[in-house]
Amino acid sequence: MKRFPFTAWDAGRRAMPLLSRLKGRGLIIGVPWFWLGLFFLLPFLFVLKISLAEPALAQPPYTDLIEVIGDGLVSISLNFGNYVLLWDDPLYRGALFGSIQIAAVSTLVCLLLGYPMAYAIARAPSHWRLPLLMLVILPFWTSFLIRVYAWIGILKGNGLLNNFLLWTGLIDQPLEILHTPLAVYIGIVYSYLPFVVLPLYATLIRLDLTLLEAAADLGCRPWKQFLLITLPLSLPGVIAGGMLVFIPVVGEFVIPDLLGGPDTLMIGKLMWTEFFSNKDWPLASSLAAVLLVVLIVPFVALRHFEQKAGEEQP
Amino acid sequence: MKTLYPRIKTLALALSLTAAAQASAQELHVYNWSDYIAEDTVANFEQQTGIDVVYDVYDSNEVAEAKLLAGQSGYDLVFPTARPFADRHIQAGLYQKLDKSKLDRWDNLDPVILESLTDIDPGNQYLVPYMWGTTGIGYNVDKVKAILGDDMPLDTWRLVFDPEIVAKLSECGVALMDDATEVFVAARAYLGKPVDDFSRDAVAEAADVVSAVRPHIRYFHSSQYINDLANGDICVAHGYSGDVLQARDRADEADNGVSVAYAVPSEGAVVWTDVMVIPADAPNPEAAHQFINYLLDPAVIAPITDYVAYANANAAAEALIDPEIRADAGIYPPAETREKLLVLKTPSEREIRDMNRAWTRVKTGQ
Repeated sequence: MKRFPFTAWDAGRRAMPLLSRLKGRGLIIGVPWFWLGLFFLLPFLFVLKISLAEPALAQPPYTDLIEVIGDGLVSISLNFGNYVLLWDDPLYRGALFGSIQIAAVSTLVCLLLGYPMAYAIARAPSHWRLPLLMLVILPFWTSFLIRVYAWIGILKGNGLLNNFLLWTGLIDQPLEILHTPLAVYIGIVYSYLPFVVLPLYATLIRLDLTLLEAAADLGCRPWKQFLLITLPLSLPGVIAGGMLVFIPVVGEFVIPDLLGGPDTLMIGKLMWTEFFSNKDWPLASSLAAVLLVVLIVPFVALRHFEQKAGEEQP
Repeated sequence: MKTLYPRIKTLALALSLTAAAQASAQELHVYNWSDYIAEDTVANFEQQTGIDVVYDVYDSNEVAEAKLLAGQSGYDLVFPTARPFADRHIQAGLYQKLDKSKLDRWDNLDPVILESLTDIDPGNQYLVPYMWGTTGIGYNVDKVKAILGDDMPLDTWRLVFDPEIVAKLSECGVALMDDATEVFVAARAYLGKPVDDFSRDAVAEAADVVSAVRPHIRYFHSSQYINDLANGDICVAHGYSGDVLQARDRADEADNGVSVAYAVPSEGAVVWTDVMVIPADAPNPEAAHQFINYLLDPAVIAPITDYVAYANANAAAEALIDPEIRADAGIYPPAETREKLLVLKTPSEREIRDMNRAWTRVKTGQ
C-alpha cells in the first residue's frame, strides 16, 4: 500500500491562507456533491417521505407526515405498512425478481453481441471507425418510442418478420412473438445495445497493442492472448456497459408495456398500476425506494471491490 | 460593442412586444380523450372567440386523474368519466363550481341525464355531461360466425368469458380491456351476480372467471383493439361502444373485407357518462365556460357525435344528428337494451386497490 507524503502536504497546507484553501478545495469537491444532493438525494428524500405517508382522497393524494395540532403540539405519523406489504405480498417480490432476471439476461445478451461489435470497430482500419460508430449512434436520431413501436410492426402476427418467413416457406403458420417474453428481450437488447458498444469501444481502442505483439512473440496463441490480455484489460468497459444496461432495464416500463404480454411482470409496470390505477402514491414510492436500495447495494459493493483490487496492486 | 448594443435593445423590445401580445390573446388549455371531438371543433371556436386553444389528449382516466391529483395541471377543462372518477374528484375538492350565468345554453342538456348525475353531483353544480356510451363486445362478424356457427347468439358475455367458446375463438384473437373495474363488473354480469358488489369475495369470484380464460386471451389493452378489430388481427374485443364503431367505420373505409359489429350483452353492460369539469386551479375558468357553452350548441355537438360515434347529452341536438347514426342501436340503444344497462356505483378506495391488485395477479397468472 502506498503512503501519502503527509508531511509535505501539511507544510503546503499551512502555507496557504485558510479561507482561500477552503474556497478552492470546497468548490471543486462541492460542485459534484451539490449536483448529487440537488438532483438525486433531495428527490429521493421526497420519495422516501411519501412512502411513509398514507393514501388519501386529496390533492396531493397522500397524508402529511407532520401535523400541527395546536398549542405547540406537533404530531408525526409514519406508516411503515407499505414496506411490510412489499415484503409480505409475493406479487411485489415476484415483480422484483422478474425485473432483475430480465435485466440480467438482457445485459448478458447485450455484452455477448456488443463485445464483438466493439472489438471489430476498434480493430477496423482507422478511416472506417468513425462511419461504423456513426452507424451505432444513428438510431438515436429517431425517437426511442417510435423505434419500439416499429418492433410491433415487425413482430406482430401479420407483420414484416412473419410475412417474410411465410414467403420463404420456412414456416407455414405465423410465429407468435409479439406479447411474449421473447419480444421484450428483443426490444430491450435492441434499445440498449449501443450503451454496451460505446464504453467497450472506448476501452478497446485504448488497449496497448504492443502487449499483444509481445505475447505473440513469446508464442501465445491468439485466443489465449484474448483471454489473458484483451479481456481482462477491457473489463472496466464490460462493467461500465453492463451497468448502463442493467440499471435502467430493471426499472424499464415502456418496452415491456408495448411488446410484452400480460404475464410479463416487471416492477416498472407495477409502479405504474400503484401510482395511476390505485392512486396509492405511498406504495409506489416505497417500491421506488426498495428498487433503489436493491440497485445501489451491488453497485457500492462492486466499487468497494474495485478499490480494494486497485490498492492491492503493487 | 457599439454595434451590438442597439441590436440587443431591438431584441429586448421585440421580446417585450411578443410578451404583451401573448398577454392580450387568451389561452385555453383543454385536456380531453383522444379522438373525442370533430376535426373542426377547436378551429371554429378559435375563429369565433379569438381564444387560442392548447389541446392535449389522454387515453386513460388514470393518467388524467394523476395530473389533477398532483395539482397545478395548468388545464382549464378536462373530460373525465363520471363514475368513479369525477365522483371521487368532487369529494377530493379538485373542481370548481360552474357559473351557470355564463352557460346560457345549459337548458339544451337532456334532463334525464342531468338527473342521473345528481347522486354524485347534487344540483348539477360541477359536472356538465358530454357524451355517453356503453362497454360491450365488438366482434368480427364473418370470423366469429364461421367458428361458432350461425345459431349462436352473439350478444352475450360468453364470447369473452366462457372458457370453451374463448378457446375456440382464441385462434383468431380475443382481447379484454386492461381495466380492473370494467372487466370484473362484466365478469360478475356473466355470472348473473350483482355487479355492484366489490367485496373481496365478489372480486375473487370475478377473478376466477378471468383466470379460467386467461390462457386464451391474446392481450389486455384498453385501446389497441380499435386498430386490431379494423385490420382483422383479432376477432372479439371487450370495449367501449364508440371505439368498436370507429373500428367498424375504419374497416369499411379500408374496404378490407372485415365487417365489425357491436353488441350490448344481454346479461347487462355498464353505461357510462363522460363529463366536462373545470379544475379548481384552472388558470382561465372564464374561457373554459365559453368553451363549454360552445359545446352546448346543438350545431356544434351534433357533428361531433356523427364523427366520434358516441351519443351526446344534448337533447336539443337530436334532430341535427345524421339519421344513420341516430338509428344505430350501438350508439343510441333501443328501449329494451337500455333496460339492461347498469349504472356503476363508485367503489371505495380500499375496494379499488383490492380490485387492481387482484387484476395484476390475474393478468400475470401469479
